[in-house]
Amino acid sequence: MESIHLHKIDYAILLAYVAFVIGIGWTLARYMKTSADFLTSARSIPTWVTGLAFISANLGALELVGMAASGAKYGIATAHFYWVGAIPAMIFLAVFMMPFYYGSKARSTPEYLNMRFDGRVRGLNAIAFAVMTIFASGISMDALAKLLNELLGWNYNFALLICSGVVLLYVLKGGLTSAIYTEVLQFFMIVLGFAPVVYLGLKDAGGWGAMTHSLQAVAVNPSVVYIKDAGISYAPNAWTSAWTPVLAGPANNPMGVDWFAMIFGLGFVLSFGYWCTNFLVVQRAMAAKNMTAARNTPLVAAVPKMFFPFLVIVPGMIAVALTSMPDKNYRIPPPIVSPENYATAVAAVKSASPADPAAAVKAVGDALGVKVAPDKIASLVAANAASKLPDAQIKQGLYNSIAENYYSGVILSLVKKYCPPGLMGLALTALLASFMSGMAGNVTAFNTVFTYDLYQAYLVKGKSDRHYFLTGKVITVVGIVLSMGAAYFASMFDNAMDVIQLVFGFVNAPIFATFLLGMFWKRTTGTGAFIGLFGGIFSSALFHALTTTPGNLDAAGHVINIAKGGYLHVVQVFPSEMAQNFWLAAFSFIVCFTFTAVISLATARTKSDAELKGLVYSLTPKIVDNNIPIYQKPAVVGVVLLIVCIILNFIFW
Amino acid sequence: MGLDIRWPIGLMFTLIGVLLVITGFSGGASPRLPNVNIDLIWGVVLLIFGVAMLLGAIAGKKQGPPK
Repeated sequence: MESIHLHKIDYAILLAYVAFVIGIGWTLARYMKTSADFLTSARSIPTWVTGLAFISANLGALELVGMAASGAKYGIATAHFYWVGAIPAMIFLAVFMMPFYYGSKARSTPEYLNMRFDGRVRGLNAIAFAVMTIFASGISMDALAKLLNELLGWNYNFALLICSGVVLLYVLKGGLTSAIYTEVLQFFMIVLGFAPVVYLGLKDAGGWGAMTHSLQAVAVNPSVVYIKDAGISYAPNAWTSAWTPVLAGPANNPMGVDWFAMIFGLGFVLSFGYWCTNFLVVQRAMAAKNMTAARNTPLVAAVPKMFFPFLVIVPGMIAVALTSMPDKNYRIPPPIVSPENYATAVAAVKSASPADPAAAVKAVGDALGVKVAPDKIASLVAANAASKLPDAQIKQGLYNSIAENYYSGVILSLVKKYCPPGLMGLALTALLASFMSGMAGNVTAFNTVFTYDLYQAYLVKGKSDRHYFLTGKVITVVGIVLSMGAAYFASMFDNAMDVIQLVFGFVNAPIFATFLLGMFWKRTTGTGAFIGLFGGIFSSALFHALTTTPGNLDAAGHVINIAKGGYLHVVQVFPSEMAQNFWLAAFSFIVCFTFTAVISLATARTKSDAELKGLVYSLTPKIVDNNIPIYQKPAVVGVVLLIVCIILNFIFW
Repeated sequence: MGLDIRWPIGLMFTLIGVLLVITGFSGGASPRLPNVNIDLIWGVVLLIFGVAMLLGAIAGKKQGPPK
């Protein structure tokens, strides 16, 4: 895709945004006096701010780019990641778990584990979280740098450095509070920056009805838009119905999942594992000004989260609909091909003979290095033979005939297509904002866990608070540098969403079993929790090493890419990577749960009931919400949100 | 903590809204939909949003800092 040309107005908007986020950091610097101020915001932030920060921190690069990509690949079923895979867990966190996180006065989720169990589980969780969050940050940064490279032609390294630099500036000055406040700004930026693009795309497609109609035709023959190989066909509602295709079985939905894996693997294990234990988001709730605010934070976040599918998933569906409409002059972007390869291919077309189309197709395919549609190449060669076409037109013809899709490019391509100067700057800034909010969120979470749960807990104990405050500053820089390293690692994978689910699955699935048993069963012991968690993580890796998908096996049955599993021995083949991930999560959770429970029963308790008060459900006085208005009572709000979520599911059944 | 975030949000969106409205006056139609002056329309929307935020911030200041 050619670079987008930016105008002065676009740069002005971008500059305004950068100036404001750095300005926020600078303004807050004077309030940063203790390590608590810097690393945990010292419980000072209003509910609406923590609520929006909660959702914004989660909204990294992956949401916008990845969800649009998934929206193209799977249609509205992608919304399961929100309606099944987020909302129930957020409500559970708010109503049942925040009392323990907030009431225990733990400064981080690993610290809660330390209070509940002992240093072993805390250490394991802290290390796992630190590694995971740096990877998440790296994936964000990689996606951002790639985007700027494709969009503006910026050098990848340069883009990485500049964006890390901006985040570094405001987080170094204002710490977590800076990250939280800018996350709220970024939230509005993202919503207000992308809503017009979605609106314009939908309008161009002819409205929701026209889009749905096109998607029904695509579902019956997805190979026309190169989404699946030829011969695969789904029911017409495969892109527009969230539940029916899933209930019909893995062969009948583009995701290739069954309902059990969806509900248990995604809806329970992965979802609760992330939303209820991942310090990235829980940290924002912990920064709230009081218990009610802390409990309401995830609920406030759940409201926009529920409606985000319309902002982030629908663009992907629009892209598919537009590709299938011949008069729209649009296709889902193909993989990037270098200008040199295009030039070679153009030459191949010119020198090809219309009498031998197969040779032409081969020559062009080899030159471009991607799969091409033979019929389109043949007609291009014939058209060129009839009347010498200009090079640019041949190149456009080649572009249209590439039979592969680069889904991560969808959101960018829609921005390019519909945004005039001005809106272009806004949309681009919104994209940048989403990356930055994810990156800053990860770095601040990493910072707190590293400084308190690793550095202070194990490495350098008993120093003054000033020492840890300065450590926090140093670790901010370290965190960003490490993220850059992770970014280079991440640049090897195409759809970041699948990769992040894999990594999270390894560590997340077992972790929720640990917290669940810790918070709701007083009999769980430190040894049980530690071995259970360890076993869970190990079982994730083992499961991955023993399973894979058909796409990863060559004709002889050997594994092509070990990153996609099956490298020890192929015990089970799953219909899709997503199915593999969900089943991995389910398996790992069950292993961890079982190990933790059994070993807990076999080991003695190290903490008395009195020590566990406020940390375990049965030993904590129930919170009585008498003095707050009914619309602020977490349980009431939670139920209402759940009902709305169920209604949404039914609308798109 | 020390800063009402509604100020920067309000200021930024008011500023961007004004910039977009100005761009809209010199032709801000979407490339594919020439009848929709999206810069102008959305610029106004952002302006309203920014001003609303600023009004919220001013109201918050009147209430005084939280104890």
